[in-house]
Amino acid sequence: MKYLSILTLAPLVGALTVAFVPRAKPELAKRLALIWSIVVLAVGVATWVAYKPGGPRLQLQESYTWIPAWGAKFSFAVDGIALVMIALIALLVPLVILASWHDAEKSKRSVPAYFALLLALEGTMIGTFTSADVLLFYLFFEVMLVPMYFIIGSFGTDVPAKQRQYAAVKFFLYSLVGGLLMLAAVIGMWVYGGQTFDWQTLTNVEFTTTVQRWLFLGFFIAFAIKAPFFPFHTWLPDAGGAAPAGAAALLVGVMDKVGTFGILRYCLPLFPEASRWFAPWAIGLSVIGIIYAALVAIGQKDLKRLVSYTSIAHFGFIGVGIFAFTYQAGSGAVLYMVNHGLATGLLFLVVGMFVARRGSTLVTDFGGAGKLLPVLAGVFFIAGMASLALPGLAPFVSEFLVLIGTFTVNKPVAVIATVGIILAAAYVLWMIQRTTQGNTNPALLDLAPMKRDLSLREGIVVAPLIVLLIVLGFYPKPVLDVINPAVQATLTDVVTPERADPAPATSTVEAGK
Amino acid sequence: MQPTLMLAEAAQAPVVYASATGILSYMWLLIAVPAVSALILLTTGRWADKWGHWLGCAAVLFSFVLGAAMFFELRDLPNRAVQLDLYSFIPVGSLQVDFGFLFDPLTACFVLLITGVGFLIHLYATGYMAHDEGRRRFFGYFNLFIAAMLLLVLGNNYVMLYFGWEGVGLASYLLISFWYGRPSAATAGKKAFIMNRIGDAGLVLGIFVMFAQLGSVNYDVVFSNAGLLPSTTILVLGLLLLLGACGKSGQFPLQAWLPDAMEGPTPVSALIHAATMVTAGVYLIARSNPIFSANLTLQTVVVSVGALTLLLGCIIGSAKDDIKRVLAWSTVSQIGYMFLGVGLGGGAYALAIIHLLAHGFFKANMFLGAGSVMHGMNDQVDIRRFGGLWKYMKITWLTFMMGWLAIIGIPPLSGFFTKEPIIVAAFARPGWTGWLYGFAALIGAGLTAFYMTRLFILTFHGPKRWTTAKEGSVDQHPHESPPVMTIPLIFLALGSIFAGWLMASPVAEWLTPVLGPPVEEHPTTLSHTTITILSLALTVAGAGLAYALFNKGTALEPQPAGALVTAARNNLYTDAFNEAVFEKPGKWFTRALVFVDNKGVDGLVNGLAALVGGGSGRLRRLQTGFVRSYALSMLLGGVLVLGAFAAVQLGWMG
Repeated sequence: MKYLSILTLAPLVGALTVAFVPRAKPELAKRLALIWSIVVLAVGVATWVAYKPGGPRLQLQESYTWIPAWGAKFSFAVDGIALVMIALIALLVPLVILASWHDAEKSKRSVPAYFALLLALEGTMIGTFTSADVLLFYLFFEVMLVPMYFIIGSFGTDVPAKQRQYAAVKFFLYSLVGGLLMLAAVIGMWVYGGQTFDWQTLTNVEFTTTVQRWLFLGFFIAFAIKAPFFPFHTWLPDAGGAAPAGAAALLVGVMDKVGTFGILRYCLPLFPEASRWFAPWAIGLSVIGIIYAALVAIGQKDLKRLVSYTSIAHFGFIGVGIFAFTYQAGSGAVLYMVNHGLATGLLFLVVGMFVARRGSTLVTDFGGAGKLLPVLAGVFFIAGMASLALPGLAPFVSEFLVLIGTFTVNKPVAVIATVGIILAAAYVLWMIQRTTQGNTNPALLDLAPMKRDLSLREGIVVAPLIVLLIVLGFYPKPVLDVINPAVQATLTDVVTPERADPAPATSTVEAGK
Repeated sequence: MQPTLMLAEAAQAPVVYASATGILSYMWLLIAVPAVSALILLTTGRWADKWGHWLGCAAVLFSFVLGAAMFFELRDLPNRAVQLDLYSFIPVGSLQVDFGFLFDPLTACFVLLITGVGFLIHLYATGYMAHDEGRRRFFGYFNLFIAAMLLLVLGNNYVMLYFGWEGVGLASYLLISFWYGRPSAATAGKKAFIMNRIGDAGLVLGIFVMFAQLGSVNYDVVFSNAGLLPSTTILVLGLLLLLGACGKSGQFPLQAWLPDAMEGPTPVSALIHAATMVTAGVYLIARSNPIFSANLTLQTVVVSVGALTLLLGCIIGSAKDDIKRVLAWSTVSQIGYMFLGVGLGGGAYALAIIHLLAHGFFKANMFLGAGSVMHGMNDQVDIRRFGGLWKYMKITWLTFMMGWLAIIGIPPLSGFFTKEPIIVAAFARPGWTGWLYGFAALIGAGLTAFYMTRLFILTFHGPKRWTTAKEGSVDQHPHESPPVMTIPLIFLALGSIFAGWLMASPVAEWLTPVLGPPVEEHPTTLSHTTITILSLALTVAGAGLAYALFNKGTALEPQPAGALVTAARNNLYTDAFNEAVFEKPGKWFTRALVFVDNKGVDGLVNGLAALVGGGSGRLRRLQTGFVRSYALSMLLGGVLVLGAFAAVQLGWMG
């Protein structure tokens, strides 16, 4: 079975199909998009089943001719890290489509176009994770911007037109700058790496120290903007605030993870020496991001911007986890990428449901909404608890792993990052209190939608996410089994196994067994 | 890998847990049953309103019966510590955390306390919450709490403990802000959660230290090898755990959330904020006794925290007029005694646990008594507006009296048998510190007698000072509560009377495998008898003073007072300190950062972008004609790529 090429192409074909649905038939477009995304999910499940957790590093390989003169091929393959991210996308997209059912109607633009863009986004995002060819990855990395750009610029009706266009252009420019730097690095790598784009071949190339460092920087800055890390983060609150909630869930939940995935797939294995050299800087930016973004989140007045800032703080945890270079922190970081997609995805979707009812994203426009919408407020609360990494919900496991794995090699950073868990409690609870608790805002009582609690459609959207958050909170092993070998392979490209797992072996301190 | 660890065999007797067999292999059911019950209560609709609370009670009763059966099973085993690894929870490299449970004498004590007292309070709550529309949700949260608390005490490693630890924090938050429509309740819940998180950060860092130093977070490995760690490491580890314990148990400097937690319904105050959850810190220290016993400085810090907090609680409690707040500060103070006990170490570990169990009875008794009073007095909580209630609610009065006599330590009620030995043990510390901590504990006993007697007299005796319709309030018609509320009171009162002398020596012996053998303390400074006489004399003096002052009633409004009383009314300015030092600067700092992020960081990067793009004019143009410009830049990028490749192909580079 050609799992990966099908998985990459299917959403793109779906996007084309939906795009040709006449504008007058929005319902048809929605249904078609939903069905198509469910089919993609089914292929995703089949891919997960076909993947062997203990098998070779890259699996399900496929390769087709593309530009022989340049040594570029359409080659696809996944490791455990890519696999879990693909699974996350395949799961989130149908839920986002269902959650965005009425979102596009508010804009003046074509409803089929919106759903076509969502599917196109899915295909290009999957493409970044399935590519085993650097040029192919770059292509998807850049093209991915296009659908998101139009989604923000044309369909983000929560904010005034001027603001969303500003956000869209800003998003585009930031990404473009990063992309150009990466392009330079891609070309440089091709030049110095034996004129090939094949990832597997490039891992065996030994770049000189200077070349490595420049190439690393080219890739890293692109990924740091995408992720985003402090201080490249300011485009995200604008984009997340302006995008429709469903698209924001995909933007923050998945698309930004292409950045952290890129670091793991390209920076670490291809430029190990440079990775070690830059690691303190990367950790520094990440740990600043954890504290800084959490503090700024506390002061936000806009719900969607607030959630965006919490994500920047979470990306700080992922960054620390990647550059700590230990198995625990690395696996924690990858698991964090998945769990954060579920938790923040849920949070954005629920915020979207509140915003759709209230017609405002301002925190002060709510207040005491829990009395009117108890079930929705309950879901909001669960999403908030997931965001602050409460044990019993999936993000706890990943945050714990990142911190404990970092502590073994870098105590000060782990201690500062741990302060982040206190700040997380502050921003989540403050947000929940100001929106759902306390005296009911009188303005809410006059709004008919504020009396309609979670609908069946919305229930179907949130239920799978809640169930997964709880199941993976209690039993993360199935995902860890996929992630662990890939992370260990990635890290042993950079450091020795002893350095990557520095805690004393339990056998020497075993309790009298 | 540290070479010292190779000497493991030479260290103290290793801690070995047997595998669970028979009924003990079902110990996960203790947690699962209330957890599933909570899930049912929270996800079913209104049709469950009629029977939901009974399901909640039944789930806790089930756990109690099962726990009792396991207790008897454990008694007959040669190795009274059995564990059960359910499945692999977090396996990454050398970090292997199991979802594992441990049932040993210490756990057994807590399981019986949590489910036994827990069941009585559940029963009481069916009556107390009868008229609340959120009763089903209430019992859902209550069951969730029981499940999390059991997980906390049943874990066989620190991650499981942390799991339960945060779980009870969640339940506590949900129940404090149960009436979330009240801003004060919402704020109190948030405050509790955040202050607890500060402690939790300490606890989780302690777990990191264990893994980094010993390669494991399991109790058996950590305890068997704790003695091998360098002294500084032990000290740091212990202080981190202590921070966690202080957060959960409302000890200085993290005590401020506990009195505010009284915003929750009274059964919550009884179960969570008196009898069980707030004693988790004592459990943590007692459980980690191999760590705390390994460093003298560490023990001194714990003792100091305990002594300071017990006095703080007494002093503030004496100045409060809200019946639940007095009891809350009393809880802070009594847990101070327990911290004093676990800090003293040796034989005093068991003393602290015994006091904890006895406290569970008498404090739950008094909280539920207070709830019963409020129930009959239209939710009035101001003790200045009670008085003479003994005639109208005889069962509440008598049961409350047992709790009062128990807490102030009148023989032969339970407090006498459990608090007295801690005071004696404090005097047994060598040198001047024995005098210091001994006297702190003694003064605390006198103050406890004072404020508890004040509370009791003002509530049940003296002239009636009830609110009236004439003054714009309501007329009071006090009445006794229904049997579903008074029966738990009677059981808890019996516990307040007998638990002390019934438990004192058997429990100490029972706990020997975990905490070491009971040691008779022999203070060198004062004899045991002298201390007992002193303590009783101070208690009688404190109670007598309160009786003399308040037998005739009290003013209905706050009176001008001296510096100490004013300070005590203001919680000794600890809240003001927190606000001035942390909250206000925090708020300003946050606002400043938001400003900087919007103007500075964003402006800088935008400015750079504009510079690269050739002036801000071009940026603005990009924003206006965005589609065209977008296409243009894509084209530009494409040309660039092609050009670069062409260059390489033509051999200009490389």
